[in-house]
Amino acid sequence: MTDIAWIDKALTAARPQAMGALLRYFRNLDTAEEAFQEASLRALKTWPDKGPPRDPAAWLIFVGRNSGLDTIRRTSKQVPLPPEETLSDTSDAEADMADRLDGEHYRDDILRLLFVCCHPDLPSTQQIALALRIVSGLTVPQIARAFLVGESAMEQRITRAKARIAAAGLPFEVPDATQRRLRLTAVSAMIYLVFNEGYSAAEGNAPAARPLCDEAIRLGRLLLRLFPSDPESMGLAALMLIQHARTPARFDADGTLVLLEDQDRSRWNRPMIHEGLSLIDKAMRHRRPGPYQIQAAIAALHARANRPQDTDWQQIELLYASLERLQPSPVVTLNRSVAVSKTKGPRAALDLIETLSDRLSGYFHFHGVRGSYLLELGQTDAARIAFNRAIALANSVAEAAHIRAHLDRIEKDFAAAGSKKI
Amino acid sequence: MLYAILCYNDETVTSAWSEEKDRETMDRLAAVETRLANAGRLGPVARLLPTTSATTLRKGHDEPLIVDGPFAETKEQLLGFFIVDCADLEEALSAARDLAIANQEGGAYEIRPLAIYKPGEPKT
Repeated sequence: MTDIAWIDKALTAARPQAMGALLRYFRNLDTAEEAFQEASLRALKTWPDKGPPRDPAAWLIFVGRNSGLDTIRRTSKQVPLPPEETLSDTSDAEADMADRLDGEHYRDDILRLLFVCCHPDLPSTQQIALALRIVSGLTVPQIARAFLVGESAMEQRITRAKARIAAAGLPFEVPDATQRRLRLTAVSAMIYLVFNEGYSAAEGNAPAARPLCDEAIRLGRLLLRLFPSDPESMGLAALMLIQHARTPARFDADGTLVLLEDQDRSRWNRPMIHEGLSLIDKAMRHRRPGPYQIQAAIAALHARANRPQDTDWQQIELLYASLERLQPSPVVTLNRSVAVSKTKGPRAALDLIETLSDRLSGYFHFHGVRGSYLLELGQTDAARIAFNRAIALANSVAEAAHIRAHLDRIEKDFAAAGSKKI
Repeated sequence: MLYAILCYNDETVTSAWSEEKDRETMDRLAAVETRLANAGRLGPVARLLPTTSATTLRKGHDEPLIVDGPFAETKEQLLGFFIVDCADLEEALSAARDLAIANQEGGAYEIRPLAIYKPGEPKT
């Protein structure tokens, strides 16, 4: 007897592989989706009695392809329906399918499936929604909840994304090495977007978005299974694992965001950290650094410190400096300044970010970080101005509350100093 | 006589378990472990991290060959295992290299980090 919960997990696990192959057959996202849906329904009907097949993905591809062909024939109304028994008799064919579909083929199928979701014409929100629907198989209501939008709005967003992809034409050529690399880069970026959507939405106190982080990690592991020797894929998986490991400590009982240095590190998920650390160790052996590896290495240094004061800020500053060289961006420089403030003090950190004020003047974190350096230097008036500017730019209540705590402290100190004078 | 009980399952399925499902499963296993431990019959228990975190060291070359990913050959069988405490992967690989030099008769070592380790003390 096979229980339904197991079947459900097996269907989810086999989905990228099965959908990838069905998309190759039918060259149409909707047909592939319907075929997979039909195959899943049959699995729910037959697996409990007959037991699960040896290779669930191969079974789903075979049954899905038949049912898709069936639908196409029925709608074209020219070819009569094949008898039911030829469609259902899959036992012999299954082993054959499993052999034929093994290996390399799968890899390009799954990569294509992921890649169509990150078409450059699609805005990032559509890319994420489409990937969650097509690759992960989340339902529209589930995705809508994660994004805090209505179901019909989400339905529309996904339909629009599919229409754009269909209009642009799907990439069906077998990719060469360069093409594969480009696809891998685009797919990695999309997976990290999914992760960040979950990670930052959790700041708005939305537990519905938490599964997005789990889903992104699942996709990251999938990518790693397809490309086991790609150091950037290791870096991406490591980065997500180490960041997600902190989730139990990121919020206090009231749901308020707790900053890294104030977190109760005993609540971090250790197995997840160990998995991330071993992946980043593996990646470093290749000596081919990339942005995900460097960010993961920074996260790893935080994870390795048992107490905030044990953090190797020197090394973190060096890593941010190499990230700056690889991917110059004012936000990276701003992050490096935090490491600089720990190693060289607030004056050096402030000097480093002064040149950024033009480009980051509309960025919440810039003013928050700048305010804290000014405060450390005793320039209370300038700090107060920076903090007020930050509050005006805050993206969430939690962000604003965090800055307000700084301001309250300034006022309290000011009042205390004032009363002493009298 | 000591026996090893090795666990096999589809990791893409088990790693998709919800936290609750995972905890419930581990709790049920822990109840059996406690029974065995109380009878003085339980040795070390370990849960491995996913195969994506594995590195494999292939023996039988002049210098052992290190490849990413799990050991994937089906013509060779699992013959035994070591558990070593290491600061990082480099240290674990160096331990595996020493083992490979001590036994150069071919085969491979798969190096996999542990998620859970309980030492256990069997009476025999």
